[in-house]
Amino acid sequence: MSEGIGARVTRKEDKRFITGKGKYTDDIRMENQAYAAFVRSPHAHATVKSIDASAAEAMDGVIEVLNGAQLTGDEIGNIICGWAITSKDGSPMNMGAWSALATEKVRYVGDAVAVVIAETQALARLAAEEVLVEYDELPAVAMADKALESGAPEIHDNAPGNLIYDWEIGEEAATDAALAGAAHITEMEITNNRLSPNPMEPRSAVATYDEAEDHYTLYTTSQNPHVARLVLSAFYNVAPEHKLRVIAPDVGGGFGSKIYIYPEEITCLWASMRTGRSVKWTSDRSEAFMTDAHGRDHISTAKMGFDADGKIVGFKVDTIANFGAYMSLFSSAVPTYLYATLLSGQYNITNIHCNVRAVYTNTVPVDAYRGAGRPEACYAIERMMETAAREMGMDPGELRRRNFIGEFPHETPVIMTYDAGDFDGNLDKALAAADVSGFAARKAEAAGRGKLRGIGYSCYIEACGIAPSAAVGSLGAGVGLWESAEVRVNPVGTIEVLTGSHSHGQGHETTFAQIVAERFSLPIDNVQIVHGDTDKVQFGMGTYGSRSGAVGMSAIVKAMDKVEAKVKKIAAHTLEASEDDIVIEGGEVKVAGTDKAMGWHEVGLAAYTSHNLPDGMEPGLKEGAFYDPTNFTFPAGAYICEVEVDPETGVTEIVQFTAADDFGTIINPMIVEGQVHGGVAQGIGQAMLEQVVYDDDAQLITGSYMDYCMPRADDVPFYTIEHNTTVCPGNPLGIKGCGEAGAIGAPPAVINAITDAIGTNDLQMPATPQAVWSALQSVQTKMAAE
Amino acid sequence: MYETKYHKSSSVEDAVAALAAAEEGKILSGGQTLIPTMKQHLAAPSDLVDLRGIDALKGVCMDGDTVVIGAATTHADVASNADVQAHIPGLAALANGIGDPAVRAMGTIGGSVANNDPAADYPSAVLALGATVVTDKREIAADDFFDGMFATALEEGEIITSIRFPKPSKAAYAKFPNPASRYAMVGVFVAETGGSARVAVTGAGADGVFRHDGLEAALSGDFSEDAAGGVSVSSDGMLSDMHASAEYRAHLVGVMAKRAVAAAG
Amino acid sequence: MSKVNMTVNGKSVSRDVADTTLLSEFLREDMRLTGTHVGCDTSQCGACVVHVDGRAIKSCTALAVSLDGADVTTIEGVADGKELHPMQAAFKANHGLQCGFCTPGMIMSGIDMVERYAAEGKTLTAEAIREELEGNICRCTGYHNIVKSIEEAAGQMSGMAKAAE
Repeated sequence: MSEGIGARVTRKEDKRFITGKGKYTDDIRMENQAYAAFVRSPHAHATVKSIDASAAEAMDGVIEVLNGAQLTGDEIGNIICGWAITSKDGSPMNMGAWSALATEKVRYVGDAVAVVIAETQALARLAAEEVLVEYDELPAVAMADKALESGAPEIHDNAPGNLIYDWEIGEEAATDAALAGAAHITEMEITNNRLSPNPMEPRSAVATYDEAEDHYTLYTTSQNPHVARLVLSAFYNVAPEHKLRVIAPDVGGGFGSKIYIYPEEITCLWASMRTGRSVKWTSDRSEAFMTDAHGRDHISTAKMGFDADGKIVGFKVDTIANFGAYMSLFSSAVPTYLYATLLSGQYNITNIHCNVRAVYTNTVPVDAYRGAGRPEACYAIERMMETAAREMGMDPGELRRRNFIGEFPHETPVIMTYDAGDFDGNLDKALAAADVSGFAARKAEAAGRGKLRGIGYSCYIEACGIAPSAAVGSLGAGVGLWESAEVRVNPVGTIEVLTGSHSHGQGHETTFAQIVAERFSLPIDNVQIVHGDTDKVQFGMGTYGSRSGAVGMSAIVKAMDKVEAKVKKIAAHTLEASEDDIVIEGGEVKVAGTDKAMGWHEVGLAAYTSHNLPDGMEPGLKEGAFYDPTNFTFPAGAYICEVEVDPETGVTEIVQFTAADDFGTIINPMIVEGQVHGGVAQGIGQAMLEQVVYDDDAQLITGSYMDYCMPRADDVPFYTIEHNTTVCPGNPLGIKGCGEAGAIGAPPAVINAITDAIGTNDLQMPATPQAVWSALQSVQTKMAAE
Repeated sequence: MYETKYHKSSSVEDAVAALAAAEEGKILSGGQTLIPTMKQHLAAPSDLVDLRGIDALKGVCMDGDTVVIGAATTHADVASNADVQAHIPGLAALANGIGDPAVRAMGTIGGSVANNDPAADYPSAVLALGATVVTDKREIAADDFFDGMFATALEEGEIITSIRFPKPSKAAYAKFPNPASRYAMVGVFVAETGGSARVAVTGAGADGVFRHDGLEAALSGDFSEDAAGGVSVSSDGMLSDMHASAEYRAHLVGVMAKRAVAAAG
Repeated sequence: MSKVNMTVNGKSVSRDVADTTLLSEFLREDMRLTGTHVGCDTSQCGACVVHVDGRAIKSCTALAVSLDGADVTTIEGVADGKELHPMQAAFKANHGLQCGFCTPGMIMSGIDMVERYAAEGKTLTAEAIREELEGNICRCTGYHNIVKSIEEAAGQMSGMAKAAE
């Protein structure tokens, strides 16, 4: 069986995970290891009057208690947001200071003010309770709209009214004019609920300072260890890059939450220097709810206008985005360039305007979570489309088809240039696979059982593979978003690929090996993927934004191009043929049309013995490449969800979920389907189950799995997956990316299905049994009144 | 976890003595609630007295028409016990729906009843079936046992040894789980014996498990779904939280009562 | 501190442990069997599931000291030498894992449910598997392939049991 592109090969990495031999950060134990526990604010907003650590320090086994004054005294820098957004009046965003350990003021429940370093984890935690912190409580605010009201407590001095920026995209006057002339207007208030990413592995860090070498090593749960090293060096001033090694070993899921550099990793590194001990910290789940960056949390009003034929004439959105108490690494880009730029959806819309106000609140920072901005955009558009279809009495598929973009490239009014797609084809596949023509019969059958059956569509598009460095630079990004790779052919012909992408569930060790196997006609077992260690891989931008295929693998392809060129030169020289006649197939390097051939391994050996290489050729067979994408990629698809609602209880069951995706070229369908399954489950979670709740005093209510509802096996169905492929013209493999699609496309499909079932469009996420039951009550009240 | 001293008791007398000697002792009988509470530093017993090594507290036996379940019998063992399945299948089904399989393998009926968590399942069965809680000192009727959230008639150092469930004519439990925790958001246990019905509600009440007079009156003499459905359940005294308002809980009590009656056959 | 004797993956072990040591801590820190994971602190995620005396339990919710004399099997002990357990093999064959963190608990719960259903003569349907997995949370797979994996392994395990008869 082929192991190359398109083959459904099982994963090389699985064996260590299924036998319990994976190596996650918390599995690592260093010599001389001590443990950190953080002293965290129980208040959402307070000034810190004093910290008395004497009782804790007197405890047997406590090594040291460190605080923010000492941290800033050692010139550890503030945590920054790496993407500068400019408000529509030309002013820069208002970024408040964020110290890894708060000094004068705490701004959310869980904000750390001190750290205890002790001989055991249990002792460190007990001692942390003995650190006496005196606070002066201040009024607090958790909701973004409330934080904008006059008289709301101000969280950062340099952000008057808690406003971080007031940004816009598109033409407001033209959009208003278009809406004024519309034959039909659909208007909605749309909430995108706040979520906690919840990778099953909690964050963890083990930091070691080697005094003799003045060198640091950090094992950590990161999606992008090189970015971690970069910011730890360049901004937090922990150590220069050549004196800091960051290793992200096996990482148990990320979903965005492990992109960022958090106070805890910085503090562990610094504390290892201060104490001369390796310092380990592992979050528990309660701490994770309190401190891992949350996702989403938008409040929007949206207005979409149509002409008499159902063509969209204008789309206007006003969004308030909750940023939490501090600006996390990518936070500013999420509700702007990852959100508003996707508001054209799959539709040909001439006039779009979006205004976004980013707001501080007394909650944990909010940043990218699987989809990051694109789920919020997709949810707004796709709920509008379904609602508009219902209001206009049109078939929801037909309304979409009338507005689909059919020609590519297509430039939207919100600065994206879609390069390829087949939106009708996606919808056709979904409609067929979901047997939509049989829905009416299924609905009638369900009614006989007392159930309300509903169907909902969602046609999503996302911008992935982030992204062309010059483009993102011009939009304010502090880094380039290319990827690097190195392909090393060993003298025996086996291959190591060093990649800057990071695998934390995506199966890179398999898929990346597949493209190498395909190119050089080798078994995948002869290819080893090396990642996650700044000492091994020169540089990388890491894994997020569905970029590892489109960008990471493209870098590998570029490096393989160079290897192939050298291999052909060596073979041509050895076999006395023209380079142009050399082909690589069947484990051999051959002269096409002849029986002259060298084994692949013989080429490797020739390169390293260097006994007989072409004149002037350097020995060895190793090439590196950096790949900078030319455009975003645009995965798109059509999702159809069918639900049954129990009208007595409001309980919704998803009885059918169909996803038809266009991801461009697929390397391993098994892995891609797995990504869709997981993404859809997270989308279902957002739509029906998950929601971070703070009370009016900004205390976290959903602080554990007792109250934060994670999708479980009996909450979700088996999924039907279809693919419709248009190759991405922007990268050598034609890949668009698949990691986020499910989380983007699923929520509106689910809510559109439930609202279809219960007969009202007035329903926000999550559609819990209580929410659905309440919506049903209001429908009945309304019907009774009429 | 704060420091504690563990004792494994081999007899009830042993356990009573260990508890008496402890400064602030607690009984460990499965630990599926107590251990997480201790991990979160919300409980700090000086001593833990483990009952699971006491054979006399384990297992199910029949005493005439009464099913007697040892306090240290796990939920899994109750669920799979042939006597429970034969005589009170609703109770076996309830036990099979507590927590998840791993929790059912450890958690015990005595631990659950003694803790009287307002969202626990067992208290509703004990109350609706008119069971008797047997301790090392006395027998306590279910109606006298539960005393509001996490509170019971148990005295300091008193140990539940078994629970005696009289066999009903019909009984069943219907649970509406909290979507997140999967504890009972509303659980209704209905039982009918000799034409008289008892209905106990867990998960919903602000004071923990309680009997519902209206449902009992309606179902006594007419043990039917329609009779249950005709009862208006007030939201007074119902819990209200992010998962369910008092009104929603009250509504669910009615629905679950109907479904329990249906399940009771 | 108390002395604890256990059989762990077929080997007798004897250790002094604090009375507060959880079985998960004992396995991870004292035995250095780090395949047993801890993903929550409210006994809900199931990443820590191991078998004690033949039953799946949450090792984060059991004190090591209370399990003196117990026979404990962890994810490291389910394979027969180099031969993977059918449940392990099924997870690989069906792509039943992504990041791998919940996987040990899923496999241990999977084996337990197959064995319990077989012992009780009940059929382990896909629906039953989903209900049985209430105490095991996965964030990556959307459960589709986990359910498929357990279904497939159940078939293979029952085939093996029949062959052994």
